Amino acid sequence: MAGVNDELSRVSKNEFALSAVIRLTHPDAIASLDASGAVRACTHAPSLPMNAEAGREPIIEFRNVTYHLRDGDGHQKSLLESLNLTVSRGETLVLLGRSGAGKTTALKLINRLLEPSRGEVLVEGKSILAWDPIALRRRIGYVIQETGLFPHYTVAENVALVPRLERWPPARVQARVDELLALVGLAPETFLRRYPHELSGGQRQRVGLARALAADPAILLMDEPFGALDPLTRTEIRREFQALKQRLGKTIVIVTHDIHEAVLLGTRIALMDSGKLTGSFSPEQFLDSNEPVAAAFAAQLRELEKLREPQSGEHR
Amino acid sequence: MSLAEFFLRHRLEILQSTGEHVWLVALTMLFSIAIGVPLGILVTRRPWLSKPILGGANIAETIPSLALFGFLLPVPWLGDRATRLAIVALTLYALLPIIRNTSAGISGVDPAVREAARGMGMTDAQVLWRVELPLSFSTMIAGIRVATVLTIGIATIAAAIGAGGLGEFIFRGLAMVDNHLILAGAIPAALLALLADFLLGLLERRLRPGASPAR
Repeated sequence: MAGVNDELSRVSKNEFALSAVIRLTHPDAIASLDASGAVRACTHAPSLPMNAEAGREPIIEFRNVTYHLRDGDGHQKSLLESLNLTVSRGETLVLLGRSGAGKTTALKLINRLLEPSRGEVLVEGKSILAWDPIALRRRIGYVIQETGLFPHYTVAENVALVPRLERWPPARVQARVDELLALVGLAPETFLRRYPHELSGGQRQRVGLARALAADPAILLMDEPFGALDPLTRTEIRREFQALKQRLGKTIVIVTHDIHEAVLLGTRIALMDSGKLTGSFSPEQFLDSNEPVAAAFAAQLRELEKLREPQSGEHR
Repeated sequence: MSLAEFFLRHRLEILQSTGEHVWLVALTMLFSIAIGVPLGILVTRRPWLSKPILGGANIAETIPSLALFGFLLPVPWLGDRATRLAIVALTLYALLPIIRNTSAGISGVDPAVREAARGMGMTDAQVLWRVELPLSFSTMIAGIRVATVLTIGIATIAAAIGAGGLGEFIFRGLAMVDNHLILAGAIPAALLALLADFLLGLLERRLRPGASPAR
């Protein structure tokens, strides 16, 4: 249902744009369009999210979410405590924190790989428990560090996974696979028939991204997507992703413990520590923050700077 | 009379017994796979069943085969026909490696692959059929291979209860202290085991994930 709604809002947005253009170019054409019903969209349009407001429409909401595990002895181990967080449509939220801070747990609650012990997680205004988990996950792209590419599938079959599950016609699937491989910088004719074990780490990660984007999901979840790569490949792919991200216009949630990644990719950084949200910052705010954990992360960046300074001093 | 002459003279009998033997083994494998693979899958889905199922199969494995055939003889429907009884007993023996390897194969699938499959929106059935089973085929075949070789050997003992097969020669040879007769049963049985081992080994390597897929 939500898919249909999404489609509708896209259509009416287009109609709005169209009628706005018509209004500018042919002021008297409005009357004739009025009757056809296209202008109905026009009257609704001001309430639709426009670019300026796009950042404010919530797409993912954590409402007082607690998640705990029960270990063998019946002791509860809290991985996430009273998390309140809203992700707006179109933003890139980075969940930053050290290992065990609850970042991945929070991420997995979004596509219902985990279910909250208390509280509520809403995706597009609907509790994840009210969503059919399969439908929910197919609308959300998911990229993980180890890529999780199917070793017995070719690159093409891996990328085509969700479109095939959604029973797209074969011609459309094929066109989409070619398009996506080109998008992530892999020449389709070279890579289509290869198997994951024939790829480098960077190439595997690209295929993983292409697979997550296959069905054009509105939300993209990434768990340490560049974590397994060597530093140079990592920088390269991260830079490419930064450019790609702008073109895609998706809502992205990235889990990382890498401050560079957080500052470079995030439009907002949510800092987590031992299962709690410590604060949420813009990248600029984050670097200036006095909050101890944030400051510790930011100090990492400055440490590198410090290393460079004496050297450049010697040269002078 | 040399062994070769003996084999030549009795080739039809040997061939017939080999045929019976293959039939016993084939039916046993059919049943043990049909039962063992689903049980192996079940064990990965309901971990608490793992102990009773694997434990049961383990116990069956420890009963001496001759004794098991004897135990089952008085069981009403089973004891009626020797082949029937033999197949049931042999199936019990073949189950353990099949159950164990099926569950080990599935548990051995890279957790990242399984997580990606779930996160991508595959149903449990899709994860099983499209990911877990294809990726554990080679381990499953390895279990079936062990079970088959095992069954070819134990099936010779089924002759003790009159189920036929190559064991007939062995028991007759033992009774008559005739080495030629014993070898007329033992050599074809050994060759069968080697052949089965070779063919299933080939299949196992072909299906191993990542090793030059057969497509």
